[in-house]
Amino acid sequence: MRTLFALLAGSLFGAGLHISGMTDTAKVQGWLDVFGDWDPTLAFVMGGAILPMALAWQLTRLRRTPLVGGSFPPRPDPRLGRNLVIGSVLFGAGWGLAGLCPGPAVASISYGGPGVVVFMLAMLAGMALAPRTRSYLDRAIAAE
Amino acid sequence: METDWIHGLLGGLMIGAGGAVYLLANGRIMGASGIIGGLIDGSGRDTAAERLSFLAGVIALPLLLTLAFGGVATHVTGNLAVLVVAGMLVGVGTRLANGCTSGHGVCGISRLSLRGIVATCFYIGAGGITVALFRHLLGII
Repeated sequence: MRTLFALLAGSLFGAGLHISGMTDTAKVQGWLDVFGDWDPTLAFVMGGAILPMALAWQLTRLRRTPLVGGSFPPRPDPRLGRNLVIGSVLFGAGWGLAGLCPGPAVASISYGGPGVVVFMLAMLAGMALAPRTRSYLDRAIAAE
Repeated sequence: METDWIHGLLGGLMIGAGGAVYLLANGRIMGASGIIGGLIDGSGRDTAAERLSFLAGVIALPLLLTLAFGGVATHVTGNLAVLVVAGMLVGVGTRLANGCTSGHGVCGISRLSLRGIVATCFYIGAGGITVALFRHLLGII
């Protein structure tokens, strides 16, 4: 059942990214381009996505467990931390450069041409290097 | 185009519906970078089937929609260096920050998570500065 629900969730996610236009890097960079021809579409996508998600978080209070059992994700550690900020800045820079983030990159892999494949391979390499980067940062800060 | 925001809103609702299914049925946060990253660094080995099944849906639906209704423009840059650097930054950054646009943005903000809100401010801010710098000052993208 878990895999079936995951397939359904992924299908909704993929269809939503495609229909919303978020697989078009010009629309994403257009949203970030406040000094150019600004494109507000991403705000509608974010707003539209947050609505059902906010409802879902409310529903987790009424149910003790998810449909397939187990438990709901706990409240995240409220501490912000250095990695959250450094990681988000690095991610944002890459997002702005190519107009791609992980979801839309996967969603457009079948029709985005070799460019999306190159981006995806580099992204996977970056993800593989992340644990080492994290321990490097931890050591660098501890040494100060 | 003037209908872009309707498509955006409709697509956004579907993205949120996907996140709601993943949360209410499987008890998981729908974050694309976490789902992929767990397969790369081995931290998600126990849940690999669920992760792969999710990604199969993410790939299949856009493909089916283009086959049914025709292709869409992606405007992906042809600049290899930009793609490699951007991909590496997105890969390292999302894993360090433990989330991307879907995890911190959609799932985090909707539960009023401070971490999600702060992360979203930083990646949108960094993205805006990057586009300003590399498009308008340097003319690379």
